[in-house]
Amino acid sequence: MPGDERFARDLRGERDERPLGTRSEIVTGPVSDWATDFSHLEPEWATGFYSILAGLRERCPIARTERFGGGWLPTRYEDVAAIAYDTERFSSRSIIMSNFRPPRQIAPAGGSPPISSDPPFHHDARRLLLPAFTKTAASRQEPATRALCHSLIDAFGDRGVVDAASEYAQHIPMRVIARMLGFPPGDGPRFRQFVEATLEGINLPPEERIERMTALFDYLLAQVRDHLDRPRDDLTSYLISAELHGRKLAPEHVTGTMALLLIAGIDTTWSAIGASLWHLARTPSDLERLLADPGLLPTAVEELLRAYAPVTMARLVKEDMHWRGVDMRADDWILLSFPSANRDPSVFDRADEVVIDRQVNRHVAFGLGIHRCLGSHLARMELRVALEVWLERIGSFTLADPSAVTWSAGQIRGPRALPLRIG
Amino acid sequence: MRVRIDPERCQGHGRCYDLAPELFGDDDEGYGQVLGDGAVPPALAGKARLAASNCPERAIDLPGDG
Repeated sequence: MPGDERFARDLRGERDERPLGTRSEIVTGPVSDWATDFSHLEPEWATGFYSILAGLRERCPIARTERFGGGWLPTRYEDVAAIAYDTERFSSRSIIMSNFRPPRQIAPAGGSPPISSDPPFHHDARRLLLPAFTKTAASRQEPATRALCHSLIDAFGDRGVVDAASEYAQHIPMRVIARMLGFPPGDGPRFRQFVEATLEGINLPPEERIERMTALFDYLLAQVRDHLDRPRDDLTSYLISAELHGRKLAPEHVTGTMALLLIAGIDTTWSAIGASLWHLARTPSDLERLLADPGLLPTAVEELLRAYAPVTMARLVKEDMHWRGVDMRADDWILLSFPSANRDPSVFDRADEVVIDRQVNRHVAFGLGIHRCLGSHLARMELRVALEVWLERIGSFTLADPSAVTWSAGQIRGPRALPLRIG
Repeated sequence: MRVRIDPERCQGHGRCYDLAPELFGDDDEGYGQVLGDGAVPPALAGKARLAASNCPERAIDLPGDG
């Protein structure tokens, strides 16, 4: 539809006209006490992740911080679940815990529908996307995903050590979502920058964060205009022509959802693939079992998702309230730790162990309630195919240098350097 | 034994139709659906229990399962 007025203007101007949010002081540096001063952005969060969460679950269960303008970290399954279900008292208007709270007027749509949306808007915005992310829709991406995994392994050549995070895991979700959105396949390195802009660099000065986000939205607008000129069968053209309540979507809804679809599947799935390979590299008994019995893989994938759930979400408290023993104030953050819920020994037997053939597994790696990860079927397919192809092609492998493995801090946890010895 | 999905609780995680495709399918939006009348043949009782015990939302119940 050439001449679509919605995208004629620079959306940057419209964003500048939105009401301002609130900024809080940037506080960095070592954490003094995880129960009263937690930060998910310090390096010790990455290195001590599970012991920090286990310690809090035991002695505190709901930790507090004054950083980021104030927030809470519930660590028990029952508290995480209660908040995920309670969209009356906890808002999704920002789901990245940072030093910036978007204005209340941005609700119920939020900046990147439907992940940032609250009821009742959420329901219809999500329904627009659900058919494109069913298990059947995900299976249509499987042949291309499998071919991509093979080509990434072909590119290893005859080297004995490869970085499975940067040379394998990272590329899989980037290429798959680029295909689904209809973006140029070679734009992967730019997506990496956009992921960093959105999910990392949280404590950078605000001007720098705004500049990085602007680059993302400029890119998305260029993709929209390209699709207006040449409509095709992909998610971008679908969003441009989609209607909600009898009207075309607002332009910021189109680009906000495109940003969500681009960003949300990359770091997360990359992290899940990397963490799974890391586990198998250091656990020969599980690796040998999967090599001998590939039929166990779907069960193993669920257990790896439970034990190494990559995604922590965030919420904002709507009104002052006393909640399960703590006094929450309006606009306090909630760091919603699905990884911690998944390790709660009151819900999972041998919670801190990977039981590769675990049969009863109600893990919450993809969340609970109305915000269940939209891309969960796609992520499961990518993770399963990535591991299937890796095991088929590589066979046995080990950590080349355990001390060289690095894990990301922030809300998405996974290995960012993962040198493996293969062959 | 029968299987039943509470549509108020189901969020489309898809564990039931992954684990017991003989008993569950999905609709156009990915929400779980009981196939047929929900009666579970004895040979599929184990799969029905597996599906129920892997639903993160606890949306599946098994009326008649002693």
